[in-house]
Amino acid sequence: MSGHTSSYEPTSRWGKWWDERLPVARMMHAQFVAFPTPRNLNYLWTFGGILFLCLAAQLVTGIILAMHYQVGDATAFNSLEHIRRDVNFGWLIRNIHAVGSSMFFIAVYIHIFRGLYYGSYKAPREVLWILGVIILLVMMATAFLGYTLPWGQMSFWAVTVITNLFSALDTIWAGLGTGIVEWLWGGYSVSGVTLNRFFSLHYLLPFVLVGIVILHIWALHVVGQNNPTGIEIKEPSEAVPMHPYATSKDLFGMFAFILLFAWFVFFLPDYLGHPDNYIEANPLVTPPHIVPEWYFLPFYAILRAFTGSFLGIPLGSLAKLLGVVAMFGSIAVLAFAPWLDTSRVRSAKYRPMFKWAFWTFAFTCLALGYLGAKPAEGVYVLWAQIFTVLYFAYFLVAMPVLGLIETPSKLPRSINEAVLGPDAAAQKH
Amino acid sequence: MWRGKPVFIRNRTKDEIEAARKVDVATLPGGANSADDKRVKKDHENFLVLVGICTHLGCIPKGQSMNDAKGDFGGWFCPCHGSHYDTSGRIRKGPAPRDLEVPPYEFVSATKIKIG
Repeated sequence: MSGHTSSYEPTSRWGKWWDERLPVARMMHAQFVAFPTPRNLNYLWTFGGILFLCLAAQLVTGIILAMHYQVGDATAFNSLEHIRRDVNFGWLIRNIHAVGSSMFFIAVYIHIFRGLYYGSYKAPREVLWILGVIILLVMMATAFLGYTLPWGQMSFWAVTVITNLFSALDTIWAGLGTGIVEWLWGGYSVSGVTLNRFFSLHYLLPFVLVGIVILHIWALHVVGQNNPTGIEIKEPSEAVPMHPYATSKDLFGMFAFILLFAWFVFFLPDYLGHPDNYIEANPLVTPPHIVPEWYFLPFYAILRAFTGSFLGIPLGSLAKLLGVVAMFGSIAVLAFAPWLDTSRVRSAKYRPMFKWAFWTFAFTCLALGYLGAKPAEGVYVLWAQIFTVLYFAYFLVAMPVLGLIETPSKLPRSINEAVLGPDAAAQKH
Repeated sequence: MWRGKPVFIRNRTKDEIEAARKVDVATLPGGANSADDKRVKKDHENFLVLVGICTHLGCIPKGQSMNDAKGDFGGWFCPCHGSHYDTSGRIRKGPAPRDLEVPPYEFVSATKIKIG
């Protein structure tokens, strides 16, 4: 992949002048025009491009919003309303940014599940995959920081609850957690000081994200794309140049995605948010029901599954620490998937048992999302505990064990055989 | 408000105090330090002063207004993640690791307290 030779020929004198000094055009041509992509990619492979679009949209709208937003506990809430009502097209820019975060997460979750189904995390794509996990983490941090900026009730209490997660470290060393929390807050409680620093970091992190995304794409272009068969490209006829084949397919995927995006922006801009965030932050009133944004719900359910006891096992004062560890662990475990999965077959298409495990896992994530939005009482807690176990079982039990006991179905010998059937592939050969 | 956090002050009934004193402190996470008489000032045992912040993740527990849910132990109930506190503000059920904090305070006069 990375070794393929460049077919770039600058035609103008201007092009030649640059090519001898800084061959950016040559690199772009090799990586994004002539780059060989598997001929059998399906539409799930368009989400990389869609995610790039999401990041770009968030950056552009965010920079414009920051021109009108007034950080500070007395001004933030009102400046948001000012943007919606008084700034020209402010409503549109704010809606794109707010809905955009949800769209970003829809796309990234589809992208991740695609990777899990087709075994894209396996060798030689481990670094590519881990960079992706880091991108997810930075995205989550950025989304969380951004959610505080409107300074509504949900903003305020989400910050309170999430920053307090660090106080769980008190169990390890008395005062450590509380110290960290007060350092994060810049005081004894969440206040305008906290808002100020969160705004600063919310502006910083997307650029960090851009850097990691570049590494992610770099790693992708070294090892090449996986494909639905999970078999590497063996001969040139199994690949097509990225442009116009993959680019036009990506563009089509993007337009379909933009339709959904626009539907929310113009018709349901607040559907994915919470009405309580239109009440200004009040440190004396906790909303009756605190829920995070939908994209954090499964992780929130895992956090709350650890009450005084877990499936009948008493946890005592460790409950809080274990909940926090499990929540962060649920993302960290993704990074170990390349080594936890023992099967040599990549794609779940050819793994009859693993396919079941995968769909059970997908259902588990949806169920945890549902439970995360429910109050932490009664039967909901029990179900959250059961699904938390299932969540981790996918990585820690299904991945290592199924690879050893499962008999994969017959693999095609090549991508060409999978696409054209054995006869045509042999002819082409 | 004290240090940006709400403060709960409850004038407890005799029944509430008795209920709080009957509990065996050995069963509480705080142990002997959780005894009810260590959480109030002498001669003002009816007044319980607490920082109104759940020790789990910092929500404000319910129980201050008449018609709030007060949890299974008649004290406070945190709606965020379901921690129940008793009439001495001690954690009895749920994910919170510690009792509600008692801030440093003193009675300046019979009707006035100074916190901090």
